[in-house]
Amino acid sequence: MTVTADSIEKSVSALSLPPKIRDTLREELLEVKPTRKQLDEIIDHVMSGYAAACIEPCDPVGVVAAQSIGEPGTQMTMRTFHYAGVAEINVTLGLPRLIEILDARKNPSIPVMTVYLRDGASKKKAHDVAWELQKTTIADLGGIITDRANLVILIEVDEDTLYERDLTLSDIIEKLEAKLKSPIKVEGYTLSLSPKKSNLDSLVQLGRNLKKVLIKGIEAIPRVVIQKEGLEYVLYTEGTALQEIFDIEGVDPARTISNHPGEMCEVFGIEAARNSIVKEIMETLREQGLNVDVKHIMLASDMMTCDGEVKQIGRHGLSGEKASILARAAFEGTVKHLIDAGIRGDIDELSGVTENVIVGQPINLGTGDVHLVAKPPA
Amino acid sequence: MKQISAPKRISRIKFGLISPREYRNMSVTRIITADTYDEDGFPIDMGLMDPRLGVIDPGLRCKTCNGRAGECPGHFGHIELVAPCVHVGFAKQIRNLLRSTCRSCSRLLLDAGRKKEYIEQIAARRSQGQTIDSPVEYVFAEASKVEVCPYCGEHQLKITYEKPTTYYEDGDKQLPSDIRNWFEHIPDEDLPVFGIDPNNARPEWMILTVLPVPPVTVRPSIILQTGQRSEDDLTHKLVDIIRINQRFQENKEAGAPQLIIEDLWELLQYHVTTFMDNSVSGIPPARHRSGRSLKTLSQRLKGKEGRFRGNLSGKRVNFSARTVISPDPNLSINEVGIPEAIARELTVTFKVVPRNIEELREYVRRGPVNHPGANYVVRTDGHRLRISDTTREEIADMLEYGWFVDRHLKEGDIVLFNRQPSLHKMSIMAHEVRVMPGKTFRLNPAVCPPYNADFDGDEMNLHVQQNEEARAEAAILMRVQENILSPRFGGPIIGGIHDHITGMFLLTREKAIDKNSALEILRKSGVRDLPQPDYIEDGTPYWTGKQIFSQILPEGLNLEYNAEICEECDECKKENCPNDAYVVISNGELLCGTIDEKSIGAFKGKIVNKIVREFGTAAGAAFIDNMTNLAIRGIMYHGFSFGIDDEDIPKEAVKQIQEINKDAMYGKESIASLIDKYEHNELESLPGRSSEETLELRIMQILGRVRDEAGDKAGLHLGIDNSAVAMAVSGARGSMLNLAQMAACVGQQSVRGARIQRGYSGRTLPHFKKGDRGAEAHGFVQASYKSGLSPVEYFFHAIGGREGLVDTAVRTSQSGYLQRRMVNALQDLEAQHDGTVRDTRGMIVQAKYGEDGVDPSRGFDRYHIQRIVKDVMEAPE
Repeated sequence: MTVTADSIEKSVSALSLPPKIRDTLREELLEVKPTRKQLDEIIDHVMSGYAAACIEPCDPVGVVAAQSIGEPGTQMTMRTFHYAGVAEINVTLGLPRLIEILDARKNPSIPVMTVYLRDGASKKKAHDVAWELQKTTIADLGGIITDRANLVILIEVDEDTLYERDLTLSDIIEKLEAKLKSPIKVEGYTLSLSPKKSNLDSLVQLGRNLKKVLIKGIEAIPRVVIQKEGLEYVLYTEGTALQEIFDIEGVDPARTISNHPGEMCEVFGIEAARNSIVKEIMETLREQGLNVDVKHIMLASDMMTCDGEVKQIGRHGLSGEKASILARAAFEGTVKHLIDAGIRGDIDELSGVTENVIVGQPINLGTGDVHLVAKPPA
Repeated sequence: MKQISAPKRISRIKFGLISPREYRNMSVTRIITADTYDEDGFPIDMGLMDPRLGVIDPGLRCKTCNGRAGECPGHFGHIELVAPCVHVGFAKQIRNLLRSTCRSCSRLLLDAGRKKEYIEQIAARRSQGQTIDSPVEYVFAEASKVEVCPYCGEHQLKITYEKPTTYYEDGDKQLPSDIRNWFEHIPDEDLPVFGIDPNNARPEWMILTVLPVPPVTVRPSIILQTGQRSEDDLTHKLVDIIRINQRFQENKEAGAPQLIIEDLWELLQYHVTTFMDNSVSGIPPARHRSGRSLKTLSQRLKGKEGRFRGNLSGKRVNFSARTVISPDPNLSINEVGIPEAIARELTVTFKVVPRNIEELREYVRRGPVNHPGANYVVRTDGHRLRISDTTREEIADMLEYGWFVDRHLKEGDIVLFNRQPSLHKMSIMAHEVRVMPGKTFRLNPAVCPPYNADFDGDEMNLHVQQNEEARAEAAILMRVQENILSPRFGGPIIGGIHDHITGMFLLTREKAIDKNSALEILRKSGVRDLPQPDYIEDGTPYWTGKQIFSQILPEGLNLEYNAEICEECDECKKENCPNDAYVVISNGELLCGTIDEKSIGAFKGKIVNKIVREFGTAAGAAFIDNMTNLAIRGIMYHGFSFGIDDEDIPKEAVKQIQEINKDAMYGKESIASLIDKYEHNELESLPGRSSEETLELRIMQILGRVRDEAGDKAGLHLGIDNSAVAMAVSGARGSMLNLAQMAACVGQQSVRGARIQRGYSGRTLPHFKKGDRGAEAHGFVQASYKSGLSPVEYFFHAIGGREGLVDTAVRTSQSGYLQRRMVNALQDLEAQHDGTVRDTRGMIVQAKYGEDGVDPSRGFDRYHIQRIVKDVMEAPE
């Protein structure tokens, strides 16, 4: 006499369990088809098993998380290697990368975007998008000859490259004229331009400016690598400009990400930044072959982002903004914090750990947070 | 031990500035003379060592509180400064105040509306517990731009500040007395805009007119062996201040010219500044006669050895011991061996009650020398008696209820054991004491991984808790067996290492073990009965190694997984694995598979993990104890050694390796041909790389392949019967790469992930041609460690090795700092009764710990649910 799927659904969805555990339980139950009695027994066991596996109240989860992330740091390498799968892009890895993420640096040493394309984009499309992203200057399109005798710069535009990057001569001329503000003469695929003042210095200067003109793509992205992953093409970019690339047709904004949590925060908001931190740390650790439970990283990440902005772990972030004067003084900048506290007439409420250690009292954590006293029998 | 009374709890600490009046009130005496002691060695009244300031010499009593040295906390004195001096700590604040208040009416240079806005903003941030740094900064920035006072219409002049304590108004120097005057007129209601709390601080108090003199207990003098007194740095500094103060006074009274007065004033300011902080930039630090710079007030607080980090957050403790550690496989993982000499020195205090009086009397009677004895008793009146060989009998007879006995540490006591660096909670664990001969702490090698200890001279610390709560907490929460599973990844961090793994590997591959050997192997593991023999030949029964291992497995254990030696074939043959790499344990019996690192190793051990989770921590500890004993006996039964001839490979193999090498250097797809192509500009470069980079990458690729192929060639001749191979594949120690380097080819040496390029211009060493891109010229070591390296190879190898050393040194300091920051940022977080995670102020950081509330070291996932479902469904109705 097995229970129907409906009543399994009914009993399971009433349980106060985390969604993932509930889903798993439902799946398992639907497979075995238990009787009512067995169902009740299973649910009973699962509930007590879950309760037993839960974190114990008063557990100092923060310290455990910090230690779990910090302890493997000693086993990490310092070197930068290739990005997994993309041999062409070097990415900071190991301890420096971990420090970079936790420091919430404004400018990570090598920002990378993973650009996904809207469903089923062809290889051609992928290349087109890549050229829209990658910075193209005149130097990429052909040879530049500086004719010092005639004070003229000649550009021999390569026709094939032009076609490959989906550009026309007039595109180039338009861009160059707008930026350099000097007229351009066209002869077939050769452009020639001369400086306003006819002297050598201006010519050299013009040559320099010429190379800086952005013909196509995004200034911040010097390189794009196309990779086939499964059935689709994925673009990896060196340098990031998340906000800008969403305007490019073909880019899937729902999946495209940057490896820079600060940028993720600006573009997608704080929750995305939180997930980005978790993802980046997990990847850094995994790449080093270190096994750390994701819960610890989530806690660190939640702590960094819980005020609505990405805060650094350290003096200029979480530690520097603690409520307790003594805790700040014991971390860094001892004298400064004491003096400022004096001027402001601040009060240390002695609620945290360090403060209570300093004044020699039990801390409000773990066994120190249990305020029950056994009543002796009368 | 004294009865623990309920101590008062400090609920909050308020900070503020002290006014000159308060300084005078709290002072017990004004200090006027710079001298400390007279000719007879008595402290001079109103001198820096005035007896009213407290006592430091034993035997004397304080003239103020009549307390003895140790009881008297010390009392402040004061110096009346002839002219006001700036307090360096407030120098920037003073500058900001000068710039943002009116030079005439001293009011804030913002109109009433703006002022109100800022005050509200600051109050709002304060009430939310946020820092008020940024609004205050805006106030200063906005107000200092105002040129005309909105209240009195006075035109403001430009204030410049010169480090550390000089201020100019349009080039005119502002004397501290002028500034003080200015600040006195800042109205109280303007102060909150600057973040100043008028109830606790007035800006003019930032300029000192009275200098507090810290009590002598703060600056005790040391008496040298010669009988001379050596004064503290602070006393020296105070002497300087008083001297200049006096000279200033005399000059002022004599009506000295303004120039001299100003010079003296500056000098006084210098001394007051360095008294506060002797590392201010802009002025030379005050020095001791010997040239060492003085350690003044802020130096005492700052840094790792400063008051905060060195004395308040961390302290030196009693009841602790430190010595070298050594291994003892006969101990349980829960135990620690302690030298008798240490056990005699460390004591535990017990109160004498009817239940234990006879036991304690016996300890006292044994005295301080015979080991489980006692060192002290404390009478009910609090008097402490030292037990000596002569008094022990007498004291034992006197023992009464209510006394306290300091008993020696003995077998079975709980102690804390610790190895630095304490990177995670498993760096301090509770062990049971075993008193042993010798001078080292002994521990089971299976507990090395959590401490990250080895026995090459490591030292460890031991702490003895002094009260029942601490002992109970240690025994329940901190015992080694409670920490087998690491919260970091939810797996076992304690388990077999090195020889344990090799031993198990060898044992579980053993096919025929006779009765004598079987019993011998199992002897230490507490197993007395053998199962049915595997087979009987010529009347003698034989057992397999797997059967023997099964004896220590708990009944009801079921497991199935791939062992470490698994070669990850495309199709797993499961039970019929040719390498015996598929482990099946059914109801506590190892049916097939080899036991190796993945089964019992620290960090990986699946069996350890399962036993701890399903049979409890005690069963886990027992399993690890039995397993290590079994493994050691197993390796001894088999015999295991590794010598230089284990790296021998046949001549043909050596030839083949040379062939591979030659081929890579000059063959078809060789380095020579690559370089040739490159030089003729025919090398096709990889996308996004220059041709030079491409060449380097391709060469590195080829050389990497050379080493791997050479290693593979050598590996063909080194089978599982080779000790190094056995260790490598079982995961005990070393890798096949290590072995390949020893036997076949060391390979490319690198610096920063590239071939070695540094040295002379265009070449690494002078006997290479400039621009030589060949393998030998850039650190390829073709030789094996066994064959020996050529001088050039040896040199390159040393370069690579040095990089490794530097890397390690840099990494430890960086990761240490990261760890400190992480702990500091997250330490206040706590899991609450409602499942949330909050900091100690109550701010919620996570609504449910880790999104599902499950402890990472326990875990509750599909696997657990499946088990429950299976158990219930298979149970008889």
